[in-house]
Amino acid sequence: MSQTSGSPTPASPSTGSETTPSPTAGSQAAGSQTPLLQMTGINKSFGPVHVLHDVDFSVYPGQVTALVGDNGAGKTTLVKCVAGIYTIDSGEIRFDGNPVSLHGPRDASALGIEVVYQDLALCDNLDIVQNMFLGREEIARGVLDESDMERRARSTLASLSVRTVKSVRQVVASLSGGQRQTVAIAKSVLWNSKVVLLDEPTAALGVAQTEQVLALVRRLADAGIGVVLISHNMNDVLQVSDRIATLYLGRLAAEVMAKDVTQAQVVELITSGRSGNIGLQPSEAAATTI
Amino acid sequence: MTTEQSSEASDSSATAGLPVSSSPAGPEPDLAEGDFARDSGATSLRDYAVDYIQRVRGGEVGALPAILGLIVLGLIFTIASDRFLSVANLANLVQQSGITVFIAMGLVFVLLLGEIDLAAGTASGVCAAIMGLAVTKQGDLRTALGTPTWLVVLLFMVAAIVVASLSRLWYAVGIVAIGVVMIAFHLGTSTQVGAIYLAIATGVAIGTLTGFLVARVGIPSFVVTLALFLGWQGVLLQFIGNGSAISVGNYNIINGISNGNLPPVWGWVFYVVLVGGYIAFTVVRSIRRRAEGLSAEPLVLVLIRGGILAVIGAVALALLNQDRSPNPNFPIAGVPYVLPLILLFMIFWTFILNRVRFGRYVYAVGGNAEAARRAGIELSRIRIACFAIGSGMAAIGGIAQASRLGSIPSDAGGGNTLLYAVAAAVIGGTSLFGGRGRARDAVIGGIVIAMIPNGLGLLPNLPSSANFIITAIVLLVAASVDALSRRRAAATGR
Repeated sequence: MSQTSGSPTPASPSTGSETTPSPTAGSQAAGSQTPLLQMTGINKSFGPVHVLHDVDFSVYPGQVTALVGDNGAGKTTLVKCVAGIYTIDSGEIRFDGNPVSLHGPRDASALGIEVVYQDLALCDNLDIVQNMFLGREEIARGVLDESDMERRARSTLASLSVRTVKSVRQVVASLSGGQRQTVAIAKSVLWNSKVVLLDEPTAALGVAQTEQVLALVRRLADAGIGVVLISHNMNDVLQVSDRIATLYLGRLAAEVMAKDVTQAQVVELITSGRSGNIGLQPSEAAATTI
Repeated sequence: MTTEQSSEASDSSATAGLPVSSSPAGPEPDLAEGDFARDSGATSLRDYAVDYIQRVRGGEVGALPAILGLIVLGLIFTIASDRFLSVANLANLVQQSGITVFIAMGLVFVLLLGEIDLAAGTASGVCAAIMGLAVTKQGDLRTALGTPTWLVVLLFMVAAIVVASLSRLWYAVGIVAIGVVMIAFHLGTSTQVGAIYLAIATGVAIGTLTGFLVARVGIPSFVVTLALFLGWQGVLLQFIGNGSAISVGNYNIINGISNGNLPPVWGWVFYVVLVGGYIAFTVVRSIRRRAEGLSAEPLVLVLIRGGILAVIGAVALALLNQDRSPNPNFPIAGVPYVLPLILLFMIFWTFILNRVRFGRYVYAVGGNAEAARRAGIELSRIRIACFAIGSGMAAIGGIAQASRLGSIPSDAGGGNTLLYAVAAAVIGGTSLFGGRGRARDAVIGGIVIAMIPNGLGLLPNLPSSANFIITAIVLLVAASVDALSRRRAAATGR
């Protein structure tokens, strides 16, 4: 594996494709790689409410793609379509270049798509190892293989440079918000996942904890995973992401490289669907009313 | 949360790459740099003690209050009555606690989900009645119940089989199906063992259908089991007839469960196997896990704990092996059969809860049902299974009660039976809010619950009102400990 810069490069890409993970944030231009996950012309309605209009959305290996938009723009719906919780009405989803259909969360996780939800979905009364392996426990000789699970949980946390938890046998109830978020994220990468979607991972965190989680998000991408970050916090988005996809009332307003835009432009894209010459055409933006 | 990590944390260990986790047989990542290199838990006894005190102060009290309660009550009764610590009374206490412990052990599963089974007591009566009828009417349940009732019972059990197979609970299907075949074709129902099996199968069927109403239909368990609490009393009257009773005192196996004693020699064999097995298991586990660099209990602690248990067990066994008969011509010695039975069930359910997937899922569903659902756990399946276990264990409690009384009255399992069992589980440390509890809670709590009427009964001139009032106070104290430890846990972020 060629190393194009001095910054850390993953030892092996977990993408499984021939694409080389981006060694550093934003060092490569958009479109120079094949997307890991490519969604085109996605439509989704709930009864009379047309939530997603012809949305195109791509996730690239080794990059953090931020998904931003105001409340009700359709971010969560899009994520749930990727996660297989909602089935799309029309459009195409390609994974590693192959068309796929997602009919349930198991389809998504079989492909290597993992979602970390805002409410984390951890069991307070179980410890870190038990939570990370919940539903996929390892069995040896008919009983739970605690040794192997503990070892794997520990090496996964170590590989993510997580150093804030005292013991992997702590119950989750004893963890702080940031530590819980860390466990939830570590759980999602334990399964050799290729795409990890993070729904508002920093929403309830303090300053220091937010920093830790963002550093973790960056490390996931550096290891070759395609990361999708949903956030309302523009500082977080610009700090950690490579690309920014903006949803405006169910349409994709723009997908831009993070280094090409300012915070003001992103905010404008979120609130009005366009900023200068990027974003929706004025007619489109006007037509997209609730 | 410390501030040592953050941006500069993407150091060499990040370059180890994430996919380490995907190669289980691969080399270990270099943990020396990660903080988990030290994660083998407390290494010395002192560290462990400090850790434990911290946990208790943080609200994780475990079985501590129940054990303290046991000691305090024991001391009070010992001082108040010289007969309390007598061998005969010790055996009595064990026998008295049996029914409560069995029902409470099943209830632990239901409580772990955050549900309740108010019908476990009366269901235990129904199951015991099935056993009693089978064994006293030469196994002909059709004549014993009358054809219509007999058909209803069969239909009920078949419905349970259907429900269990819908949830792919094959153990329940198997247990109930054998029961149906036995009842329908009079196979082995006249034998005592067959009758005991029928009672358990009936319990599993009852629990399966209760669980179905809760988990699939969606009726709150409080309401379902409140209705069934009333319903089973009616069923029991239908089976036995108002005011009458089925006498089972003449059947040696059934009678022996609560009233028979393990021969002293076999008591020691059982003791050696049990205590030796326990110490060997925990010592090997501690050494092996430490060798593998995993979190392990300190060996000293394991040995001390094993030693304490061995001493307590040996003293209890030596006492119970003495002749405690008031009549020297008819010696009574040995451990009542119900005690090894309780211990075997405790070990079995502890194993199920801690070492297999099902147990893990029970805790997960009780801790956060939504998280469990997202992890791919089928909630209704776990819930129905827990209710089936609850009622199955209730059946065993009913059998123990029938054995102790020598008969099954038409109000068997009514009154306070269920409430004492719930109290036992809660006193032992099982939370009513779900997600916290162990099989041993039922044993410790059950002994506390049995000790109160036992001890008070030995005191002269004590009004019977005191019995209820003191039980109430003990329960309230236990519930307060639970609530306070939760608040404490929330306040300390545990």
